[in-house]
Amino acid sequence: MTDTAHDHAPPGGGVTPHDTALHDTAPHDTAPGDSREELLSSLKAYVIGLALAIILTATSFWAAGTHVLWQPGVPIGLAVLAVAQMGVHLVFFLHITTGPDNTNNVLALAFGVLIVFLVVAGSLWIMANLSANTMPPEMMDLHHQR
Amino acid sequence: MTATTLGGHEPARPHHGMPASASAAGPAPKRIIIAYGFWLFLLSDIVMFSAFFATFAVLGKATAGGLTGAELFDARNVAVETALLLFSSFSCGMMSLAMDARHRQAFYLGAAITFILGLGFLVLEMREFADMVARGATADRSAFLSGFFTLVGCHGAHVVVGLLWLVVMVAQVADKGWRATVCHRLMCFSLFWHALDIIWVALFTIVYLMGAR
Repeated sequence: MTDTAHDHAPPGGGVTPHDTALHDTAPHDTAPGDSREELLSSLKAYVIGLALAIILTATSFWAAGTHVLWQPGVPIGLAVLAVAQMGVHLVFFLHITTGPDNTNNVLALAFGVLIVFLVVAGSLWIMANLSANTMPPEMMDLHHQR
Repeated sequence: MTATTLGGHEPARPHHGMPASASAAGPAPKRIIIAYGFWLFLLSDIVMFSAFFATFAVLGKATAGGLTGAELFDARNVAVETALLLFSSFSCGMMSLAMDARHRQAFYLGAAITFILGLGFLVLEMREFADMVARGATADRSAFLSGFFTLVGCHGAHVVVGLLWLVVMVAQVADKGWRATVCHRLMCFSLFWHALDIIWVALFTIVYLMGAR
């Protein structure tokens, strides 16, 4: 694929000295972390990501500390904020997108999320069930004394 | 070739009329393969963390009469730690951009800021651990504290490794310059550092914010 190595001139007309070995040999795939744009718009993506992350984090800490909100709903709200912030990090910092050149990365991520969900939800489910069906220690003592 | 959209939407190639299909283009370049492999490693690392998260979630209330999360955690300290790690992740992004531009001074500056913020995070975390131990909240006191120190300590250990890696990378850039291999390693480092921040988001939410309720 040597013919595609030089058809991707930096938009800045040589102002940004992109190394061809680093940026221009990948016509149809992107790696996680890739941002194949000019530096300025990459910078913009990072700044937007940082701003969103700050807003979401500040909201999380506020929601956890305040008494204004309906208390039983707060943990669910915190979970939603955390998932949103992880999404922001993935999109703006790791540059994982839904584009066709990101398919492999997204598939791997989806599999990872599936396993994480199975491990966490499965453990909580099984242990809650176990805890509900286990005889409390006091009753166990009575059992032995009888 | 002005790709103004975010990330993926690469405009069609101007010549050959080649379809944007990965398989038609032949084997992917080395850096794509390296980053994909490292991405798989990071995901497996996250799966390992999920087991620690599950442990903590199951044992979070098993304090065995000892100190609880609400008594131990200092929300202000955690907020500062979170801010340090978030800005460290951002400056790591700036460091990657400096690498793309082959701008050494900006790269060293970004690396120094990333290192200092990461070190600040670690210092605060170690101080928090020392304070907890001084109050009798050691890892063997209760199942809750075992789970806490395993999960948070494992994240902290990752940060330590990341800081060492960053020092090595700065030395390699200084010594070898912008070789392809050095740039690949730097790319992996920045993925690693961003992934640590993602884990911290889950960690401060589940351990510190929900665990202190």
